[in-house]
Amino acid sequence: MKLAVVVQRYGQAINGGAELHARYIAEHLARHAEVEVLTTCATDYVTWRNELPAGEEKVNGVRVRRFPVKHERDPQLFGRRSTQVFERLHSLGDELDWLDAEGPTSLALIDHLGRNAGNYDYCLFFSYRYYHAYHGVRATSPRAVLVPTAERDAAIGLTIFQPIFRGVRALMYNSHEERAMIQAVSGNHDVPGVVVGIGSEVPRNPQPARFRQKYNIRGPFAVYVGRIDENKGCSELFEFFQGYIRDSSGQLSLVLIGNSRLPVPDHPRIRHLGFLDDTDKFDAMAAADLLVIPSYFESLSMVALEAWALGRPVLANGKCDVLKGQCTRANAGLYYETYAEFLETLRAIEQNRWLSTSLGRNGRQFFSKHYDWPVIERTYLTMFERLSHEPAGKPMDKLPGWLERRRQNQPAADAVVAGLPKGPALSASSLDLARPSRTSGRPEPVEGRDDPELVEGSSGPSPGDIRRGQDRSPSGMSSPRRAEAAGHAGRSRRGGGPSR
Amino acid sequence: MPDFNVRSDSIDVEQIMEQIRARIREKRGVDYTEQQLRELAAVKLEKFLDPRGVRSDLLEQFKQHQPRYEPPSVPSFAFEDTTMFETHRGLLRFFRKLLNPILKLFFNPNAVIHALHAQSEINKANLEREVTRENQRRDMDALYFEVIHNLVFELTRTGIEVKNLEMRVESLVSRLEFNERRARALESVVVYKPSTEERAEPVPSPSPSRPPRSGPSHYPQSAPAGNYPQAAAPEPGVANTPAPALAPATAGGQTEGPGQRSRRRRRRRGRRGGPPASAVMGQPSSSAQSDPSLSLEQALAPASLPSEPRQPAESTPPEAPSNNPDLSSSAGQSGSDPEPQ
Repeated sequence: MKLAVVVQRYGQAINGGAELHARYIAEHLARHAEVEVLTTCATDYVTWRNELPAGEEKVNGVRVRRFPVKHERDPQLFGRRSTQVFERLHSLGDELDWLDAEGPTSLALIDHLGRNAGNYDYCLFFSYRYYHAYHGVRATSPRAVLVPTAERDAAIGLTIFQPIFRGVRALMYNSHEERAMIQAVSGNHDVPGVVVGIGSEVPRNPQPARFRQKYNIRGPFAVYVGRIDENKGCSELFEFFQGYIRDSSGQLSLVLIGNSRLPVPDHPRIRHLGFLDDTDKFDAMAAADLLVIPSYFESLSMVALEAWALGRPVLANGKCDVLKGQCTRANAGLYYETYAEFLETLRAIEQNRWLSTSLGRNGRQFFSKHYDWPVIERTYLTMFERLSHEPAGKPMDKLPGWLERRRQNQPAADAVVAGLPKGPALSASSLDLARPSRTSGRPEPVEGRDDPELVEGSSGPSPGDIRRGQDRSPSGMSSPRRAEAAGHAGRSRRGGGPSR
Repeated sequence: MPDFNVRSDSIDVEQIMEQIRARIREKRGVDYTEQQLRELAAVKLEKFLDPRGVRSDLLEQFKQHQPRYEPPSVPSFAFEDTTMFETHRGLLRFFRKLLNPILKLFFNPNAVIHALHAQSEINKANLEREVTRENQRRDMDALYFEVIHNLVFELTRTGIEVKNLEMRVESLVSRLEFNERRARALESVVVYKPSTEERAEPVPSPSPSRPPRSGPSHYPQSAPAGNYPQAAAPEPGVANTPAPALAPATAGGQTEGPGQRSRRRRRRRGRRGGPPASAVMGQPSSSAQSDPSLSLEQALAPASLPSEPRQPAESTPPEAPSNNPDLSSSAGQSGSDPEPQ
């Protein structure tokens, strides 16, 4: 089997969520199939400047073929077009112009895919929102498998992506919430899809004492790992944690790991250690009492999975549907939406040792059951095998004609996103436990639930899942909050990919 | 330790969260999530917009159907010095150019050209300015809308917070009242317990064998031996001051001698001209403080005779003792005596 992994950037030094996701998948699938990575010469996701030489090279034993980007991104033009398509009535042509402005516009890559699609069994496209994925999927639609890495931002509301979601052979989702959102926006229920996520290379024997000694950290602490940024909810975290110090008798400190784009409060119980290498990071997580994830938008939180792999509980922002869903499905973390909840949940994890241990244990089991690399690899291979036995579905919708593309009849993407259902996908209906696949009639495998295909010794959904789903909408999410302003879409974010 | 219970070995995060929220509700009374706040804010706004004559969907109309701005389709002419003589016909252009000097003999076209060129520039600038202004206006509209929305939202939140605070105040008031009632009830059950000496000496009697007091004695040596205890070694400075008496003793068996009543009256008058209150109150070692054997009632007994004029030892006749040892001693120490005897 020959696979092409198509991603906007690729390399060992590139740590973006989707890019890292693609590299991990390529390297692990390379053990089972011939994998070739098709990517651009860019390393900077803002400019898409050609910084690496075009041509072939090997990265960790995987063959990588790079193609030049035709033009760099013009931030002002991109900003104007974003405003046009996200906030105003616009045309399909405007959306295509936006995609062109976003980049990476690599015509050579698309041309290569169009000419050589037949040489690959399947082409795995990462990040639906970029130029390479949109045009690449169109060029190779019978073989295209999409890893959308979609978040709840305005781009998901653009009309041009709906045929993409409906026209690919299969989708590999990161979370149930992502799947429910894409199905709601595009109606691609009959396209094969599976929630698979991504594994992580967690060391077997982290050294908490080494970390404490190295950084002179004593006492219990909560750790935050990731970019310290407004978009990641760090301002709220600082505010809440200072309140916890003020209002509670708890002894926890807060340790921050990652580069900061935000001033860190000057308090003896808030320590910022900067960017740490993986060894120190895992040591820190093993030493911590819990991991805090204050982010509002996540496609899949890899750092939460890593904390669970190390047996640590998670305290997540409940306003993020994905995190809330992950915590609930794994039974391995608590979540907060208000300061009072933050205070109580933090105190609960800190003071109730039994609860903390149980959450951590559940997390470890959840990780090993669903996110261990053998499980991930097997899910991909099972999907490829299934696709090889099934005929291709409907051909992808063609682009409308010149005149139709200029008709100003597309709603603002923000309004579309505001109308999508929200909330964690917990119910049976959202997990598609009973939904047959397009042709085989078999139930699709799901993460977090016993799946006969993927998990040995499994038994089906628990009654609690069905019960919890009764008070939710048919899509499995809570009722939409349409009144919420659409400005929360975080368009300043790059979007896509599991966060680290 | 938090008060929630996790009974089974397989924990349920949703259940734990419910318990935590219930605990928060118990603590804070009514608690609203962010979504509830938003819903409340929306309801308020709708109520504000909806009733009687105001379209309920005005907000949505404003948001969705704000008319798109289209700049006025005014043809913009670029007028240069050659515009008047331009033509696509080469021959005609040649003749115009040829005859141009003759034309200029009849009138000056440069002024017209200049005016029209300036006008075209003005038109262009006006158009650009209008577009800019329109964009700014629309941006401001969006900001106004956001400000109004946020105001309503914050006002609702504040209202809810006020309600919560009211509830908390009510709770505190009820607790305070309860505590006050409790304190009153406790006070009513407290029974005065007399000191051991009072129990031992229910009726004061002369006790020569009483040990000398440690503090300065206020009892004169020459005091009548009726009901008053005597000091073993009186100090010289206070030797002639009248001896204080315990209130029960005064009320007890002593009979007033002739002239005592009038003397007491004189003392009262003298008290009115006594030392300033601050001087009196500032004196140390009242007998209640210096004599631990005095009972609570004695210590709190009203000062019936606050001051006693200091008399020379020789000229002072033996008189009835003052009822208040504190103030008599202090008066003796201060030495002020405005009223002569």
